[in-house]
Amino acid sequence: MIYDEKHECMPKEDLKKLQSERLIATVKRVYENVPVYREKMQAAGLTPEDIKSIDDIVKLPFTTKQDLRDNYPYGLFAAPMSDIIRLQASSGTTGKLTVVGYTAKDIDTWSEVMARTLAAGGADRNSIVHVAYGYGLFTGGLGAHYGAERLGATVVPASSGNTPRQLMLMQDFGADMLACTPSYALYLAEAMQELGMDRSKFKLKYGVFGAEPCSEAMRKEIEKKLQIRVTDIYGMCELIGPGVATECEYQTGLHINEDHFYPEIIDPETLLPLPEGEQGELVFTTITKEGIPLIRYRTRDLTTILNGTCPCGRTLRRIKKILGRSDDMIIIRGVNVFPSQIETLLLEIGETEPHYLLVVNREGALDTLEVWVEMSENMITDEVKKLEELEHKIKTQIASRLGFSAKVKLVEPKTIPRSEGKAKRVQDNRKL
Amino acid sequence: MFVKQISVFMENKKGRLARLTEVLAHNEINLIALSIADTAEYGIMRAIVNDTDKAKAVLHDNGFAATTTEVLAVEVPDTTGGLSDVLCMLNEADISVEYLYSFVRTAGIKALILFKVNKSAEAVECFAKHNIRLLSKKEVNAL
Repeated sequence: MIYDEKHECMPKEDLKKLQSERLIATVKRVYENVPVYREKMQAAGLTPEDIKSIDDIVKLPFTTKQDLRDNYPYGLFAAPMSDIIRLQASSGTTGKLTVVGYTAKDIDTWSEVMARTLAAGGADRNSIVHVAYGYGLFTGGLGAHYGAERLGATVVPASSGNTPRQLMLMQDFGADMLACTPSYALYLAEAMQELGMDRSKFKLKYGVFGAEPCSEAMRKEIEKKLQIRVTDIYGMCELIGPGVATECEYQTGLHINEDHFYPEIIDPETLLPLPEGEQGELVFTTITKEGIPLIRYRTRDLTTILNGTCPCGRTLRRIKKILGRSDDMIIIRGVNVFPSQIETLLLEIGETEPHYLLVVNREGALDTLEVWVEMSENMITDEVKKLEELEHKIKTQIASRLGFSAKVKLVEPKTIPRSEGKAKRVQDNRKL
Repeated sequence: MFVKQISVFMENKKGRLARLTEVLAHNEINLIALSIADTAEYGIMRAIVNDTDKAKAVLHDNGFAATTTEVLAVEVPDTTGGLSDVLCMLNEADISVEYLYSFVRTAGIKALILFKVNKSAEAVECFAKHNIRLLSKKEVNAL
């Protein structure tokens, strides 16, 4: 279902005009209210008058996560605190939290884009949406919550944790949509089986999963285990939270709500824009936010803007499923490795569980990678030979896809820690 | 003809095997035959117990990765050359032995050895042809 046809199916020329108007207003807003942006623009010899259309966006300076950290907590806000009605933050793994502020209009915008997201995922006003994203400073829970309410659906604000209770609520309340991280969805599927629950008693049809990368193979695995249709959703608290982009029922790329978040793909080395269809770093400019508008924010996510139109009828451009953030990426002996590559490989081999951990060590001057993989119930065997063959199979695949040799360690089922939020896929023991 | 064997995958971690035998003991599971295949990282324990289905269930409940396989319980003459003759006989019939191990207890003057082979039906025929007796599930449990 398309929640907002006017904007989601807007003709390209009208959309461009709208984006231009909104960019001009945003640039003016940050220039006048945010000293950091005024300084950045002055350093580039720019004034708001130099921005006459959306095409002039390339003239503008970039914003990075460091800018948010350096100006913690309120340095980048473009509205007075009396207008800020909400604060949210993301879990900073490196030092300070990233803090964002919302005006009443921003909360309204967020609700709108999340309503679009849930509708694209299959919900409507008759749906019962079970929100198992954490509620709190993290944008997942409240984002899904406000979106579901805006849509007119029934929200179950379960938050994360207490898995048996979650399953009981889903069964008793008859939720048809589940909103949580993909790794938690997998955990719920496992728990459902372990607790001997009857899937036919659940009314689940749809899942909207985000907050961490999810390979195509992993998506299919969750769809199979939970018997639901899964749509990938994308966002980050810096931009608004979830609601920046979403898949539709065709599952062929994520439609960007580009009337609010204008996308660019740049070469991360040269910082120059790349043409449509080429892979590079995703950069977003928020063109409607008031509290903390961001100009050309470098997300460090790698993807492509897809050519062509989607059969769903939306004119909003799509990005390809994100392979991973450069934060997830580890560099081992000069090779970029995304945990999702290992995930895809394991699911394709199909003889292990998709529960894994990449353990990186440095022995002398050399980086080593150990892939810990959980044995699945049906792989338990009486012959050492069979386990050796499995290890060898995984090792060979890793070598051919990544170009170097990793050690494979088979571990007992249920020993790799499960997560209720974002799964920890890497244990980097090197002191870099 | 075939005897059920329980196999458990264990990481080569301190206390794992001790814990396993503790779980079995606590649930009144008796070991009749036992062997462990080890590598640097992990081991596979193979055992014949008095109640295979119960053993599998309690091991599973206690976080152990267990499965069951079918093996042959062979009566081998307890004299020098007893095992050698049996192995040559299998070799001639082109049957491979994946692994074997012996019982904890014996049955009179015969040694009891458990065999996992690659061609089970043919092995059964081969043993019958050479008058080598196979113990049944009942007999094994009664030991």
